[in-house]
Amino acid sequence: MAETLLKIDNISMIFGGLRAVSNLTMHIDKGELVGLIGPNGAGKTTVFNMITGVYTPTEGEVYFDGKKSSGHKSYQVTQMGMARTFQNIRLFSELSVVDNVKIAYNMHVSYNLADAIIRDGKYVKEEHYITEKAMDLLKIFHLEDFAQETAKNLPYGQQRRLEIARALATEPKLLLLDEPAAGMNPQETHELMELIRWIRERFSLSILLIEHDMSLVMGVCERIYVLEYGMKIAEGVPEEIKHNRRVIEAYLGEEVIN
Amino acid sequence: MDPIRKFDLKAIIACVLIYAVVQGLIAVEVIGPFWELNIVLICINIILAVSLNLINGYTGQFSIGHAGFMAVGAYTGAVITVKLGLPFALGLVVATVSAGLLGFLIGLPTLRLDGDYLAIATLGLGEIIRICILNIDYVGGASGLMGIPRFTNFTVAFWLMIAIIFFIKNFKNSAPGRCCLAIRENEIAADTMGINTTKYKVMAFTLGASFAGTAGCLFSHYFFLAHPATFTFMKSFDILTMVVLGGLGSMTGSICGATLLTFISAYLSDFPEWRMVIYSVTMIVLMLRRPQGLFGSEELSRKMFRLGGRQNG
Repeated sequence: MAETLLKIDNISMIFGGLRAVSNLTMHIDKGELVGLIGPNGAGKTTVFNMITGVYTPTEGEVYFDGKKSSGHKSYQVTQMGMARTFQNIRLFSELSVVDNVKIAYNMHVSYNLADAIIRDGKYVKEEHYITEKAMDLLKIFHLEDFAQETAKNLPYGQQRRLEIARALATEPKLLLLDEPAAGMNPQETHELMELIRWIRERFSLSILLIEHDMSLVMGVCERIYVLEYGMKIAEGVPEEIKHNRRVIEAYLGEEVIN
Repeated sequence: MDPIRKFDLKAIIACVLIYAVVQGLIAVEVIGPFWELNIVLICINIILAVSLNLINGYTGQFSIGHAGFMAVGAYTGAVITVKLGLPFALGLVVATVSAGLLGFLIGLPTLRLDGDYLAIATLGLGEIIRICILNIDYVGGASGLMGIPRFTNFTVAFWLMIAIIFFIKNFKNSAPGRCCLAIRENEIAADTMGINTTKYKVMAFTLGASFAGTAGCLFSHYFFLAHPATFTFMKSFDILTMVVLGGLGSMTGSICGATLLTFISAYLSDFPEWRMVIYSVTMIVLMLRRPQGLFGSEELSRKMFRLGGRQNG
């Protein structure tokens, strides 16, 4: 059996009187590509926020790579090796494309403030190194020609790609993608599917994907969890999910089945 | 040679030339005492503006209590030289460190706030510092601390200004500096990039506050006295005006803003009642015609002049 990378142990999130997520248990193995689907308002993004430390679960724990990650701050969780993208793109929009990626590499910079101020050899060497690394990553995503462009001037699809590139620059073990295909046409979605598969192989990552686009989820995910009203209603391989009665009900309504 | 260092070398040579020319003109008395005073004041204002720009422009934390930190520097520096009779260099160091320390202590709780709330907190802070000083008899209370020797001259002010400009420029182009920019752009995203946002906000605030302390110490040692009335919130607004006029987030903008406004007030010194009117009119016109400031968040560079051509072509 494969090694577990992320283990979510019976977590709940309560906002006032609302149980946004209740008693969710799931796991992701090393190298797995897992999907998390559900109708609008099912609590998918809340699950993401609990995993990445934006929220601390009201009940339950999250374990990442054998260590407890719930209760840590967002930046600490990222330092443990998780990176995410956002449903609504959050780039550093006034900065250049290459700087966006370089910021994500900052975690791996070892020179200190004094080195930076006097610009000693260590500073110059590391700056060259991270600029090169950032450019390599941009090349992979075919963004190298836009390296000096301000991020907000990129077309929508490329902003999405840049966000993924930036997340990868933190050198994560687990990548969380929050609706990466939102606002993309079928052609772009297809390309994205290829890209997601490819980056998993290239960077030997595990990926957790939230998505509405069924063709994308069914096409790339190896295992799928389905949420409805904050509760897990199904899990399994895409074939099982496609024919699961509860899932069809949740998505299409009961009448369809009857 | 590495291109980064090559640029620095060119910039330093340019600074030496500027220094030589101005110092020469002062020596042959082409620049009289009135303009010499204003040139020193420009240097001090540039230090204040670029250090405020580090907090407001680069890190995006809207602080308007800069005069408070300046006051701390002005007074601690003067206590070292006047009350304790120690050298001016030590006074500068102590002024810088104590203003920075205060910035650090204040920054930890207040930087949890953002936007308007932070602005109000820092505004209040500046006033608290001033009122505290007003009530400390050891430093002269309401009549101010007098009899401070004039240790500041053009040479000291100019080279400290250059050192601080280089410090902030190098800071901006380093990993910690980019963290600050990331916080300004999108704090949530910065957080998910593994950036400890509180740490970098406090770092920028502390550095900005320390340099305001340096400027305060230069200020009190040029004008013979440190008086609480100098460091009111109007002074904070003066500095903020320079930064916003030049363009938040542009260091060359802050430098030009500080230079321009110091010149304007020097010219208007004969009719001080008009000074604030012209100030406000300048700000209103600027906000209507160019809300991003003279340079926006761009730095003055050759690229800026090419931009027009590129858009046409």
